[in-house]
Amino acid sequence: MALLRVERLSKRFGGLEALREVTFSVHRGQIKALIGPNGAGKTTLFNLVSGYSRPSGGRVHFNGEDVTGRAPYRMCRMGLGRTFQHSLVFEDMSVLENVAVGRYSRTKAGLLAAALNLPLHRREERETVKAALEALHRVGLDHRAKEVAGNLPMGERHLLEIARALASEPQLLLLDEPAAGLNEAETSRLAEAVRRVRDEGVTVLLVEHDMTFVMDISDEVVVLDYGRKIAEGPPYMIQENEEVINAYLGEELET
Amino acid sequence: MSALTRLTEYLRRHAVFLGVGVVVMTIPAYLGDTYYLSILAFMATRLMMALGLSLLLGQAGQISLGQAAFVGIGAYGAAILTTKVGLDPWSSMILAAFISAAIAGLVGMPTLRLSGYYLAMATLGVNEIVYILLVQLKSLTNGTDGITGIPTLSVGGLDLGGPKAYHLLAWGLALLMLRFSLNLTRGRVGRSLRALHRSETAAQSLGVNTSYRKVQVFVLAAVFASIAGSLDAYYMHYISPESYNVTFSVILITGVIVGGLRTVWGALWGTVVIVLLPELLKRLNDDLTNLVFGLLLIFIMVFWHGRSKRMTAGAQEQGVRVWRRLWRS
Repeated sequence: MALLRVERLSKRFGGLEALREVTFSVHRGQIKALIGPNGAGKTTLFNLVSGYSRPSGGRVHFNGEDVTGRAPYRMCRMGLGRTFQHSLVFEDMSVLENVAVGRYSRTKAGLLAAALNLPLHRREERETVKAALEALHRVGLDHRAKEVAGNLPMGERHLLEIARALASEPQLLLLDEPAAGLNEAETSRLAEAVRRVRDEGVTVLLVEHDMTFVMDISDEVVVLDYGRKIAEGPPYMIQENEEVINAYLGEELET
Repeated sequence: MSALTRLTEYLRRHAVFLGVGVVVMTIPAYLGDTYYLSILAFMATRLMMALGLSLLLGQAGQISLGQAAFVGIGAYGAAILTTKVGLDPWSSMILAAFISAAIAGLVGMPTLRLSGYYLAMATLGVNEIVYILLVQLKSLTNGTDGITGIPTLSVGGLDLGGPKAYHLLAWGLALLMLRFSLNLTRGRVGRSLRALHRSETAAQSLGVNTSYRKVQVFVLAAVFASIAGSLDAYYMHYISPESYNVTFSVILITGVIVGGLRTVWGALWGTVVIVLLPELLKRLNDDLTNLVFGLLLIFIMVFWHGRSKRMTAGAQEQGVRVWRRLWRS
């Protein structure tokens, strides 16, 4: 069964159709990539799936449940983690504290439990630190735990955002342009981290422009163009698809 | 861990808090002067008001220029419930706090959707409405004449209206609220507030129901302010509306910002400033207080302006950095 299924998903902004009846599924254990030219509707689709905006039409199914239009914080609690195109790390907080925020959905202590520092809160705080360090370890960032997040180079910021999302124990991780602004070494470190995360049982859906990275890491690729899905399949098929080459890959492959 | 190492660890971790606690709770033993004791007791209730604001502004990043409204509801709630309804002072204080919480919840739900200047304007409006009601609802509040003959608090047969007993009561409660706030900021809830302050989008993606948390801390701030207002009313036996106008809200927020927003300790240092500064200045010149607070406020607004402009440009982190640089220097 598909972990995520979007069905005839559409989004209109005024007269602009950002997304037109897009349908595809992401299966458990997959790394799936969403590619397409700028303005093709990739981030729009991410925002619809993670609850930041409501679709004009169509449904989103996650884990067998219809979750269309459900609020972002509820999607997180259901097991959906995401990162953002423009890194949204909490800059003046430590790396560890950033990831500790990621434990929010897996802990319960409310205002009173925290303010009175009840045993539940103390226990959860200990577990939070442990789980946060573990999440940092999963992306190879544990040596940076005490650093101020704003001091990290771009590559490590992306890893931090992934660790933060992982701390919420997601079943599906949405990565919005994780390789943007990274150099080659950073990109290969990222690819390694994403593969490891997948091998540990987290399904990944990512938007990315770095084609080497996408073709290298993905099990399947969905291609969007002007809000429509124009192709879907394993990387080798996408690279040979006429329509995709014309719309998107063309120049890159010829040069 | 042996009991001794545990104790030393505890003392080390809470050294500042314990130090402050011991100092303020022993003051009545060697300070007999009623005037100075009263000033110190005022400091305790101002601290309660400032703590809520510090959580709201410093941790969650939500500005309120209407805190005096909740102080007023606490004071008038206590006064009306004791003198006109005939309830005992403790129940009145608690009931008034519940009323404040309910009003804060109703006001907070729509206004906390706003941000920056808009939130400041909305809370300022709320303060103005409460002030007008206090003046106009004459049958309940006696209008500008105010309410006299408010009883004092007592425990068993022990009267807590005297300066020394009141000092201990007010500071005891203020220290409890300080401990409460410190604990809050150190754990899961405080972390979620700091996260939503920096980016609501990111906080939501990590499971934080940001609207709920914002309203919750707004309500908590109102409850702290309300209790402080009730205590002041019981101590002074007389209240009138002008103590609860917007000017007082502005003084409170000025104190919190001057004290520093990074931790709730700033509320304590800020309280010392807003209580002692007027005391010192009025010896020189009566009007100097307004001038100094005015200048402080202009100084603050200039920097708020810089921050909110950058925020609308979408560079919230930039603003936070400027903000922090300012208050560290």
